[in-house]
Order: sequence, then structure tokens, then C-alpha cells
Amino acid sequence: MNEHLEELYKDTPYSLKKTEKQALYQRVLSELTLHHYSHCREYKRILDAMGYDPKKAAPLEAQPMLPVRLFKEYDLLSIPREEVAKTMTSSGTSGQKVSRVFLDKANTRAQTKVLTEIISSFIGKKRLPLLILDTRLALKDRSMFSARGAGIVGFSTFGREIMYALDENMQLDISGIRQFLAKHRDEPILLFGYTYMIWQYVVCALREAGTAMKIENGSLFHIGGWKKLKDQMVDAPTYNQVIREVLGNVSVHNYYGMAEQLGSVFVECEYGHMHCSNFSDILIRRPGDFSCAAPNERGLIELVSLLPTSYPGHILLTEDEGEIIGEDDCPCGRNGKYFKIHGRIKGAEIRGCSDTYERR
Amino acid sequence: MQKYGGAAIRMSDVKYLIGNEAVCDSPLEPYADMVCHFAAELSDTFMKETSAKVYPDIMAFAFWCRKGNIQTLKRQFISNEKRLGRGLAFHIAPSNVPVNFAFTYLFSLLAGNATIVRVPSRSFPQVEILCRGLKQVLENYPEIKKRTAFVQYPANNTITEKFCAKADVRVIWGGDETVQEIRKCPVKPRCIDVVFADRYSLCLLDGAAVLNASDAEICKLAERFYNDTYLMDQNACSSPQLICWRNETREAKERFWHSVAAYAKAHYPLQAASAMDKYTQMCCDSIDLENLGAIRRVENLLYCVELKKLPPDITGLRGKCGYFYEYALDGLTELIDVLTEKVQTITYYGADAGEIQDFIITNHVKGVDRIVPVGKALDIGVIWDGYDLVRMMSRIVDRNK
Repeated sequence: MNEHLEELYKDTPYSLKKTEKQALYQRVLSELTLHHYSHCREYKRILDAMGYDPKKAAPLEAQPMLPVRLFKEYDLLSIPREEVAKTMTSSGTSGQKVSRVFLDKANTRAQTKVLTEIISSFIGKKRLPLLILDTRLALKDRSMFSARGAGIVGFSTFGREIMYALDENMQLDISGIRQFLAKHRDEPILLFGYTYMIWQYVVCALREAGTAMKIENGSLFHIGGWKKLKDQMVDAPTYNQVIREVLGNVSVHNYYGMAEQLGSVFVECEYGHMHCSNFSDILIRRPGDFSCAAPNERGLIELVSLLPTSYPGHILLTEDEGEIIGEDDCPCGRNGKYFKIHGRIKGAEIRGCSDTYERR
Repeated sequence: MQKYGGAAIRMSDVKYLIGNEAVCDSPLEPYADMVCHFAAELSDTFMKETSAKVYPDIMAFAFWCRKGNIQTLKRQFISNEKRLGRGLAFHIAPSNVPVNFAFTYLFSLLAGNATIVRVPSRSFPQVEILCRGLKQVLENYPEIKKRTAFVQYPANNTITEKFCAKADVRVIWGGDETVQEIRKCPVKPRCIDVVFADRYSLCLLDGAAVLNASDAEICKLAERFYNDTYLMDQNACSSPQLICWRNETREAKERFWHSVAAYAKAHYPLQAASAMDKYTQMCCDSIDLENLGAIRRVENLLYCVELKKLPPDITGLRGKCGYFYEYALDGLTELIDVLTEKVQTITYYGADAGEIQDFIITNHVKGVDRIVPVGKALDIGVIWDGYDLVRMMSRIVDRNK
């Protein structure tokens, strides 16, 4: 199932140009669709109900997409249960349903490998001293992998001499960080954390303490939602600028990915654009009829990944809005589509007479 | 004083939009002349009010309370019985139907009750316009004015309890959950509850009639069906969810749904979140539903899931914002077992209301309170949900020689 991945590993992760990528994706995704159709009962029922014929190859735009919410409602597997090596859950606030994603060994391996390909194309193959802008506590519950803990574990493979910047009470360990930085003064360092937590527990703490770190050569990778930051009127350029003010010379890379498609993540380049790699693609759908939107037109984000084989998550319709900025022509030199994310769509306001005793 | 989410709630948190705490609770006769005049003047006021004209729901209210209609209702009501209102009625209006509070108020007044209405706190322009007009007209009717209060307050049982304690009638809109919640508040032993629980509605279409109709007639039918469904995001209890076909043919279904989709395309503002919800529901239905037939889909505007067999409980077949289920009937008798007490309205086209009514009665069916033509599903009136509201909210003063 994974021969195409082996081929891609031979190249750099942003090498494919439009026509080449289209041909590859039509072929591989058609195979994946047929694979899941043959192995996942629920997926088959959906495609049958849609009247979709998985035996015919189809261009990416015509391939069926699963709404991400489905992973919260059903256990979707394309492998026998006994082959599940790891169950991922999405982070969700209390009371919300969480997604459950089932991985076998091959999928777990592919996710790690692809994440490595992508991240190392930014920072090099060598392991770097890693400062995790989070608390060790986030790792505690290893039995059910939470997205937060899993993210940290996943990223830890790029680091060595790992230091956690926050103590168990979420307090910033300023002197500890200073020691860490002093020790690694002459080498590039790597930083990782969650977008909002970095803002709240690192940026704000440093500002309050009236101090700043002077990292000479760092790369920060961060992931997570922007909603709370948006509420505080913090946008990506502001975020990046403030990070550099309080941490020093750090290149900031936001990255985007779903618990349902770990591995094939989308990383922000030096020009502030999110990029598809060879392992992933993006389409923007118009909400009215799910037709494909034009470049620079806002719509629902559809995420495509070549990785998922143990669960039918290769083509997902998300509840996020975004727009494609361009393809193969970002000044950073990476090929593939690059895009912008506008965040979660607004919940529907429904008229009518049910559900009415106003609750808070 | 009770604490809710850290905030202390007091009676001073109650906002009186109209009236005050001192509501006079002495009853009036049903359809008292004064009240009929008041209704007519309200009608005139809103018919003339420019800001109200853009709201079809306010216009529907104004049209309903016009002099002619109230007089007709009064004539139909008159019998040998002598009646009086029950006293003080406390109404919980639904939070997401803007004009319902005005209807429930008038029904209560017509029955002869002093009336306190809890108005939705979500800000609807309609609520504002209606309150402004009501306030103005009430100035000419001091006897009604002192029997009227409109209140707003955050959902809170401590406050609700205070109002409930005084009530002779309690009118609870808003479905099962609200009914349960409000019923926790004690009332006087003689107090009567008029409750509006969750209901389910369906539509009966005749395939032959749909095929034989002129193009103009089909467009009209589509518009009426739209008004019954999309207009309230299909979320009113009288909005049909399930479409049952008699004399079903592929052509008839094609023709009907095509016209509905065309009308919706021109009129319905589909939100992105609703598009996602409908697509997700289609996937869930594909997985969950047994006896699934074809799924019709016109863009994201219209989804219709065909069923080859009806499940024992049809009330689970619920969509929103243009998501329907359809089923081809062999005959009405197939419906007997699924028309439970949860079923409220049957809308029909190409069928005879009398025939459906007879079918319900002769088969001793537990559900179905209303049988109305397509287009009238949301038309509220003094007979609603199987109740004669004016009679329920008043009492008989009997005499015997």
C-alpha cells in the first residue's frame, strides 16, 4: 500500500510540481479510496449511498470526502481491530466528543517518517537541543494518546537534551531556560509548543517579568487554534513579531494538521505561507455546493493526505475556512499549493421553536 | 437568593419591557369587546408601521389579529356557556421564534386572562418593533394595560418560581426540556399547564396530482413547501420532516424536488455550518439507516433521503435547513402505527383533508392534531397542538335552576 511513499522519500518533500502531483494524487488516492471501500464497512456504506464507484480512478476534486466530525461519531477502521497499534484522540474541551483515529504499525511509521522529512527540510537532519514550551505533565496519560501529549512526543524525535519550559504549575522556569540557552549558546536550538499556550504562558510571563530571552539561532514550531488569540486581536504577523521580541532570533513556523491526519502537516514558510508537501494537498470548497473555489476565494478546507491506510482519513472535509494563495510559485522556493487559514466556521444560527429555554 | 455560575440572581434582574410587578389578576370575559378592539388596533398599527413591513412574521401576526378574523373567532366561540378567564397567566415564550410571544399573549387575553410573558432575550428586531407597538396601543386600554407585563430575564428557576407561584395558568413553549425544567417550579393546586412539547410533522403528497399540476401550480406548491420548512430552518415542530408519497412516481418526485430546490436557491441563505451539518448527517444516515434508498442532493441546499421502509419510530428522522426523508406509501393504513402522540401536523397536497381526518378518527390513531394544506404548517391559531387555547385558558361559570 505504501510503495508510493517509498518513492517520495527519495526526494525532498516540496519537490512535486502541479501536473506531476495531480497525476500521482489521482492514482494513489483512487487506490486509497478503493482500499478503504473494501475494508471499512461504514466508508463503503457512505460511498454506496452517494452512488460513488470506487473502482474507477477519479481526479482529486471528484473523490469523496469525509466530514471530520464523523471520526467523533464512529470508530472508523480499515484494519482488523487487533492490528491497531495506537489510538489517537483529538483534543477537545470537556463535554465535547473527541475524534478517535486508529493506527497500525505501518501508519504510525509513515506518520513519523513524513513528519521527519518535512521538519528536517526546515532544520536539517541533525538532532538539536529542544526547548518544549509546555509542561512535562502533558505527557502523563500515555494510555490514551491526547493530541497535546502526542504532539510533544512526536516532535521530541527532532531534539536532544530536551528541556520543558513550564513547571508542573504552568510557571515559566526562566532561570532554567537561561541555563539551557547558555549551555547551547553556539548551536541552533529548536523550540516547540502550542500556539495559544506559548502566548499565554511564555510570552505573557516574560512580558510580565519585564525580561526577554536572547536566543541567537532558533526555530520555533507551533501548532494549535487561533481563536483565543483572534479574540485578543493577535494575528500571525503580530504573533511572530512578539515572539522574536521576547525570545530573540527565532524563525517562527506555525503548522497545521488534524489529529485525523498526523504526519503530513502543513508548515508556515519564511514568507508566512502554509505549504502543502508532497505528502498532502488542499482544496477549498464553496459551502453552497462544494465546488472548488478559485485562488484567493474563501471556502471550507478539504485536506488530503497520502498516509492514512488504517482508517479512511485520506480525504477530509474540515470545518475550517481558508483560501489558496498560489501554487508552485512561493518566493520561498517550495513547490505545491500554499494557503491561508481563517479559522473555524461560525456555528449555524437556527431559527425555529425547539431548544428554547435559554441556557448558558 | 440562589447562586448560578457564580453570579447572584435577584428579582431585580427581571427587566420589564412593558408593565411592572403589580399585575392586576382579575379575569375578563373571553373575547371581551375591549380586547377585540385592542387586537384590531394592534393590527392596524402594525399594518401601517413601515419598520414592520419587511418582517413577514409581524405581518402575519397583524393579519391574524385584524378585526374580521377576531370577530369570526368570537362568533365561532359563542355558546350557551358563560365563561371567564382563569386569572393570571404566565407564559414562557420560545427563544428563537421572534413573534410567538405576541401570539401567545393575545390568545391569553382573548381567553380573559391577565398575562405575564417571558420574552426571548436574544435580540430580534421583531421583538423590539412589536413591543414598541404594543406599548403604544396599550396606552389607550388602561384595563388591559394593568393586566399586562412583558419580562426578560436570564434562564433561572428562582425567578421563574416567583412568577409560577402566582399563576392560574402556565403556558410553556419550547419543547420537552423546557417543559420539564419549568414544571419543577411549584404552582397553585388549581393552576393549569398548557405545554408545548417536542412534536414531529410530516407531509403527504400525491404523485399524480404533482404530475398533473400546471407549471405555475407547481411553483406555488414549491413556495408553500419552502415556507413550511426552510423559512424556519425546518426547526419548527410543525415543519414537515418526512414526506410520504401516494401514487408515487419517479417523475413526480423529480418534478417536486426540482421546483423546491429552485425556489430555495433563489431565497434561502444557506450558512456554511448548515452545509457541513447536512453533509455530515447524510454520511451518518448512510451508515445508520436500514432500508436506505437513493439520496437526492441538489447542491447543499436540498438533501432528501429515500426510505424503503419506515422505521418503527419515525420521530428520529429529523433534519434541519433543508434535509428531508421521503417514503412511498402503499396506503394510509401503513401510517397507523407510526403516528404516535409525538406527531402533530400533516400537511397535504393532492389529498382530501376530510379523508385524512376520517382515517385518524376511525383508526383511533394516537397522534396528529392538525391537517392543513402545504403552506399552512406554521400558521398558528387559537386551536394549536390539539388544544382549544381560549377554552383551556378560561373556566365555565355554570348555573343550574
